[in-house]
Amino acid sequence: MKSLEELQAIRDKARQNLNMRGDNHDNIRVVVGMATCGIAAGARPVLNAFVEAVSKRNLKNVSVTQTGCIGVCQYEPVVEIYSPEGEKVTYVKMTADKVAKIVTEHIVNGRVVEEYTIGAYTK
Amino acid sequence: MKELALNILDLAQNSISARATLIELEVIEDTMSDFLKITLADNGCGMTEDQVKSVTDPFYTTRTTRKVGLGVPFFKMAAEMAGGSFSIESEVGKGTRLAATFGLSNVDRMPVGDMEGVVSDLIYMNPQINFTFRRRIDSKEFFLDTAELKEILGDVPLNSSEVFEWISGYLKEQLESIK
Repeated sequence: MKSLEELQAIRDKARQNLNMRGDNHDNIRVVVGMATCGIAAGARPVLNAFVEAVSKRNLKNVSVTQTGCIGVCQYEPVVEIYSPEGEKVTYVKMTADKVAKIVTEHIVNGRVVEEYTIGAYTK
Repeated sequence: MKELALNILDLAQNSISARATLIELEVIEDTMSDFLKITLADNGCGMTEDQVKSVTDPFYTTRTTRKVGLGVPFFKMAAEMAGGSFSIESEVGKGTRLAATFGLSNVDRMPVGDMEGVVSDLIYMNPQINFTFRRRIDSKEFFLDTAELKEILGDVPLNSSEVFEWISGYLKEQLESIK
């Protein structure tokens, strides 16, 4: 069973990592649309896949957050990825399967996965 | 939506938009009295009397992207079709409290679903908000307060990956143990 003592040990270990990390100016933000439309269309498995991938690969400069309705409900689940410079890429009709490719290609290697973007769907 | 947990995820978004700093969730099952009760309370900006009246109307929404808002109406419908009821109270500047009861054994009651997953997601995505989560099944109860976790963690964020793994594992184990 997991215990609160275990959490203390995790804290002590994480503190050491934090000290080495320093400031996070190069943060990439993954924003998942989690309004009624997004959730009904299956945003939760997508969100979980991102959280899992980011945590598994230990990507310290990536944050995963939720937002309300992005406004293109017909393309839900929608995920927006913001570069540290604030540029946005919108991925639509997301599934958990697409997440691995986006994490590897876009987040880690900096290459946008064009085929999944809103641009590719609205053509 | 096929699970009550997903409804909660949706409704919690309203609390987050209302800039709540504390969100309290209770999911209580009572086999003897045959009910399931879900309460979601926040200390966000609250609503006016008129807003409270219109919030169960699907054609009322505060969002600007389209003209329907289905979150609260879906939840109300889920309760009422399962032989239960729904209520909402709110006060500007104080917060909002939603409560729904469901007939536990009613065939039309949606499954609770992955409530622990939803709670850990909400904690992960909103480390600045304090969450309390109470899950009771008859006489067995589990209670989590992220303020307590924060006290242990100090300056280590709730959403760092090691901590998140611990929280989701902890929730799973604890909820399994009261089933």
